[in-house]
Amino acid sequence: MANLLDVQNLETQFQTNEGIVHAVNGVSFALKEGETLGIVGESGCGKSVTVMSILRLIPAPPGRVVAGKAFYAEQDLLQMPDDELRHLLGSHISMVFQDPMTSFNPVLTIGRQLIEPLEIHQGMSNKHAYDRAVEMLSLVGIPNSRERLSAYPHQFSGGMRQRVMIAMALICSPQILIADEPTTALDVTIQAQIVELVKRLREELGMAVIWITHDLGIIAGIAQRVLVMYGGLIVEEVPVVELYTNPRHPYTIGLLASLPRLDAMEHRRLASIDGLPPVLLEKPASCPFAPRCQFVLEHCLHENPPLRTVGIDHYAACWVDPDTRKER
Amino acid sequence: MAATDILIRVENLVKYFPIMRGIIFQKQIGSVHAVDDVSFNIIEGETLGLVGESGCGKSTTGRAILQLQRPTSGHVFFKEEDLVTLKRNDLRKMRRKMQMIFQDPYASLNPRMTVGEIVGEPLTIHGIDRGKELQDHVDQLLHMVGLDPAYANRYPHEFSGGQRQRIGVARALSVNPSFVVCDEPISALDVSIQAQVVNLLEDLQNELHLTYLFIAHDLSMVRHISKHVAVMYLGIIVELTDRDELYKHPLHPYTKALLSAIPIPDALAEAKRQRIILQGEVPSPVNPPSGCRFRTRCPIAQKKCGESKPEFREVGSNHYVACHLV
Repeated sequence: MANLLDVQNLETQFQTNEGIVHAVNGVSFALKEGETLGIVGESGCGKSVTVMSILRLIPAPPGRVVAGKAFYAEQDLLQMPDDELRHLLGSHISMVFQDPMTSFNPVLTIGRQLIEPLEIHQGMSNKHAYDRAVEMLSLVGIPNSRERLSAYPHQFSGGMRQRVMIAMALICSPQILIADEPTTALDVTIQAQIVELVKRLREELGMAVIWITHDLGIIAGIAQRVLVMYGGLIVEEVPVVELYTNPRHPYTIGLLASLPRLDAMEHRRLASIDGLPPVLLEKPASCPFAPRCQFVLEHCLHENPPLRTVGIDHYAACWVDPDTRKER
Repeated sequence: MAATDILIRVENLVKYFPIMRGIIFQKQIGSVHAVDDVSFNIIEGETLGLVGESGCGKSTTGRAILQLQRPTSGHVFFKEEDLVTLKRNDLRKMRRKMQMIFQDPYASLNPRMTVGEIVGEPLTIHGIDRGKELQDHVDQLLHMVGLDPAYANRYPHEFSGGQRQRIGVARALSVNPSFVVCDEPISALDVSIQAQVVNLLEDLQNELHLTYLFIAHDLSMVRHISKHVAVMYLGIIVELTDRDELYKHPLHPYTKALLSAIPIPDALAEAKRQRIILQGEVPSPVNPPSGCRFRTRCPIAQKKCGESKPEFREVGSNHYVACHLV
């Protein structure tokens, strides 16, 4: 399958009072047509900053994309003139944010906000745009969609608001949907509704999805391929089944061992990862996970491992083979 | 279970919050039925998990047990003592025996107090220690929760989320309580840090013979830490049993749906699962549905579910359910 989006060596930094924070330190990945790519990691690992950088949504200052390329349809999104990019965002590539409460304009009706992309990107007349908005709201499962168009964001519950958000993102039939922790603010039963919704829409509309989350449970049910991020780097790129059956990076292994499972047979002590995630005031010169790693070797403290092939479509940035505890 | 093993006995606990209108001439126009007739026991030395979605009344239940919010009606017995009828001074003495660990380690610690002051404050208030003894005691508490006693002079903002939660644990345990309400103690923490705090809570329970009420919305974590689990929905407990029974043989349709909605971190297991996707959302607790509160979203609801409230009854050994159709 062809690559829809191709990101190469992305680096993003933030100027803060404490110094320069190296949030993303050379991230490369590709998104294939029609697939769901999961990006997982803990807070501060750079997962959101990565996609925000690609879409040039990083507030500058303090943020700055210092290096990298992001090709979409043979054009580099990072070099493109602003007005061309604006034409792509919302129509070819769109985004759903974590907090459905703060991502709407509270003083405009849902209808007004839904049809805006249609009028701007497709030059649709008001009447046609309204019909399309009604259609879209029914598609995401909002009852009485025609009446609901004149409602304001605060009149919707959290789950419903996230549905409207998704309708807005999909209204111009984008090829890429980027979902940044779309269910984190929602309850589990509502989360299940939203996950099912996105899965169904992806199949119906044939788009590719980038799903960012910190929840290794959700990603199991939705993604085909997963990037695990730590310290502003991709530490493992893995097909979703292998993520759980054969994790190769010590961080991924540790993270999975620290999760209690609903289908666990008996009580076991959770394996915790000692220590804390790195404060990225310097670009990591050695492996960023080394201080917390149970497999750490001398080499890890001197050189940052690149992503290397460890299986079919499976890459890990680690010097060590966790089976033998020796350098690979 | 022998009656003597029961540490906390909650009987018909009700907590309504009034909704007022008007500024000077205030008038009550309704009430939020946050907790509506809840009864359960917590056995000494065990953990009862209390799960449910946001707004179901689980935190209010925890607070009402500790009398941080006085219940509208009902009783809470700590051993033989009814906390609801206690006067302020007597209640204050009881607080030594029951403490709380809060959800947000960023909001629950006073930013202007040093860690030593935070952890030592309950000891001073209850007149347990002073001077050098107090300092030693604080050092010992910090050591117990895995923090370096040298940190006693630092302020909360110098610590990470997981470390702050350890400070919260040290403060709660400073007065040597026997019962601790843990109100979502790990939900604000990162995944790799959650396991650290849960392990700490488990170790302390074994060491100090603590009894926990563990409130959470994360069912996999509740399953991990609890002996018994109660599932709440819109102010009532819909199912209560021991954890293995609950996860193997859930009876209430809400419990079944809730369990099926929890993702399992394993793609193969996940692909085989049948999901029960509940329609709609939780109704408002101001005006809860008549009869069974879950009937508006229940996949198997029948006519009688709207007519009468299902009784919370024992259907198997130690397995309680509130559903007409079980």
